[in-house]
Amino acid sequence: MTMRILYIWKEIIMSNLSVNHLLGIKYLSLKDIEQIFETTDHFKEVINRKIKKVPSLRDLTIANLFFENSTRTKISFELAQKRLSADVVNLSSSASSVSKGETLIDTVNNILSMKVDMIVLRHPSPGASVFLSKNVNSCIINAGDGTHEHPTQALLDAYSLNQKIGSLKNKNILIVGDILHSRVAMSNIYAYQMLGANVKVCGPKSLIPKYIESFDVSIETNLTKALKWCDGVNMLRIQNERMSESYFPTVREYVQQFGLNKKILDSIEKEIIIMHPGPINRGVEITSEVADSEQAIILDQVENGVAIRMAIMYLLASKI
Amino acid sequence: MPLKKILNAEQISSIISRLAFQLIEEHNDFSNTVILAIQPRGVLLAKRILEILIEQSYKVDLGVLDITFFRDDFRRNEKSLKANKTNINFSIENKTVVLVDDVLFTGRSIRAALDALQSYGRPISVQLLNLIDRRFSRELPIQPDYCGIQVDSRLNQKVVVKWMEDDDEDSVYLERNYNE
Repeated sequence: MTMRILYIWKEIIMSNLSVNHLLGIKYLSLKDIEQIFETTDHFKEVINRKIKKVPSLRDLTIANLFFENSTRTKISFELAQKRLSADVVNLSSSASSVSKGETLIDTVNNILSMKVDMIVLRHPSPGASVFLSKNVNSCIINAGDGTHEHPTQALLDAYSLNQKIGSLKNKNILIVGDILHSRVAMSNIYAYQMLGANVKVCGPKSLIPKYIESFDVSIETNLTKALKWCDGVNMLRIQNERMSESYFPTVREYVQQFGLNKKILDSIEKEIIIMHPGPINRGVEITSEVADSEQAIILDQVENGVAIRMAIMYLLASKI
Repeated sequence: MPLKKILNAEQISSIISRLAFQLIEEHNDFSNTVILAIQPRGVLLAKRILEILIEQSYKVDLGVLDITFFRDDFRRNEKSLKANKTNINFSIENKTVVLVDDVLFTGRSIRAALDALQSYGRPISVQLLNLIDRRFSRELPIQPDYCGIQVDSRLNQKVVVKWMEDDDEDSVYLERNYNE
């Protein structure tokens, strides 16, 4: 070992992430996030090359287990894996033996016995990835667990915003919409605060969790006021699939109070950055005009998503 | 650990001039040649060479190439490998590429660099320029085309190149009896 270390210069090694899995932003340190962002810069350069592939993970096999629907996250993870030269297997719940009554641990252990090195998990139950990391012997990446966390989304949001407005320290960031059912909101709050930003949430009282103020997050129910305060806004979708009852009278009323349109944006007389994690419900939380405007960085977010996920898997792979 | 100085600033400067003039001799007006410095340690050497070429009124493209993601020792160390910037603003298609690095040791970095190059096109040929060639330590069949000096050293010794820009002196040291 000493022989090998001898010819490795101090410039080319760095310390590892403090975690062995990516389960949520709350388990990361500021140093981890900075290291992920720095590595992302390099992968962003890689994916903009003519040949977008590097061989770093060529000896790893990664399983993507998606027990919930997904377009962006799934494709983004798979592209990231392929651009790192990893072997990839995909499993979605509808096509798996889960419907025959197999438990999550059994499913995963069966997959692991086929020599898979890393698991990317999306699951409808909050805490599923934390549970899995305690019960199976593999590296777990949380790609969204119920209403709990969606760490890669939060990292790519913070990274994209950082690229547009520089350091997030003391910046004001607003999250609008269905905070109660959103894992993106939870992870975003952790990430922005860790990077030193102030976070405010805006939405109908029924869709804002009661305990949110204990996270040092302020609440505003007037969208115009909230927009005037912020440097960047993250518009969230109403998660109808997680609602068993009605949280607001009608969609029309929601749109009138919390939908982002050109008129409100013009009225605040300030350039703010607009983000959306997707999928967009055009005409509900955001109008087409705004979603396609110069201020919206929705497609930048998607591009950065691949680079962020490459960086995360690269950094976690060196700990396997 | 005893250090032995094997090159001083004056010697380094004259070696770099010689290497630059060897390049001029081989590459005429550099219209079909580009220089790629290997991150991180080849960059300062390449800049010195470029300064001389510019003094001699040659115009030549210089890029920096990071090989981190192409290394063959990823996941074989305790620590992560840190990437550096790659910056190549020109095409290397049908060009002669001169790779520049400070020390040629096992040859593994150069193998990674040859791999990394493929992402940028198909060069007509690739050459290698090194300030130091540790000739008895090679693990792969790779040799320099332009070489500053050859150093005979054992595997457990260390060659340390210091540059004015980073370490306030131009010098090359051989670290002896490391860990013995």
